[in-house]
Amino acid sequence: MDNNSPNLDTVFLAFADPTRRAVLRQLGQGPASVSDLSAPFDMALPPFMKHIRTLENAGLIITRKEGRVRTCEINPARYAEVEQWLIDQRKGWASRYQKLDALLETLKGQTT
Amino acid sequence: MTADLPLNITADMQTNQLTIRRSFDAPKELVWDCYTKAELLDQWFAPDPLTARTKSMEFREGGHWHFAMIDPDGNEYWARFDYETIDPTDSYRARDAFSDETGAVNDDMPVSVWDVTFEDTASRTVVQIVASYESTEAMQSVRDMGMEDGMRSCFDRLDRLLKARTATAN
Repeated sequence: MDNNSPNLDTVFLAFADPTRRAVLRQLGQGPASVSDLSAPFDMALPPFMKHIRTLENAGLIITRKEGRVRTCEINPARYAEVEQWLIDQRKGWASRYQKLDALLETLKGQTT
Repeated sequence: MTADLPLNITADMQTNQLTIRRSFDAPKELVWDCYTKAELLDQWFAPDPLTARTKSMEFREGGHWHFAMIDPDGNEYWARFDYETIDPTDSYRARDAFSDETGAVNDDMPVSVWDVTFEDTASRTVVQIVASYESTEAMQSVRDMGMEDGMRSCFDRLDRLLKARTATAN
């Protein structure tokens, strides 16, 4: 439905933070460990892990643990949903405006 | 009916805005009425296969339109537009939010602010909706990544798609 994608909403929330955006940008270059990702930030590990979990819950990243190292990578399927949202917007407006054209034709007939 | 007039939709990742622009082959006052009167909105505002049904409408600054979009199975999707500024018949600004049947806004869903302008041209009226999303910060980031980091750049593709389709009627 137009504009109505509950799944997308967790994505929007995940993006609404500069640390999380920076992590995503970094992961755009390829998978990385949590400790490597946290290196540029002046932040303790627990709050940083919270950001990682938010991104994971939103489906934007996938993480896996091998031994003591947790590795993160981008989940491209999630980005495709954002793209689909825009395509749906277009479809919705095209459909609405066809109806509006017909309505205006009718109204013009009534007033002239 | 003639072929559809071109529908121009652009997503601006810098300003987090979706702009929807379209001409209508009718006088401005008539088009304005269609955007601002409940009995007319109900006849077009929901995209197929949905239909719109107004529960209440107060088109004034501080007032709101509360309506449902109903699918063929009878499921109702409620929404409300809260009118912030109105300048008849040139423009209005409204906040678009999802709600429930009582009109309570659903805070979990994306909200956008619409700036709708109506413009006279030679024989037509141009309507432009600029929908500003809190959320398109998301799109900005997605695009940055696509461009800068060589990730699959879905928005570039989309831009091309939109440009190509903008040039032709549907």
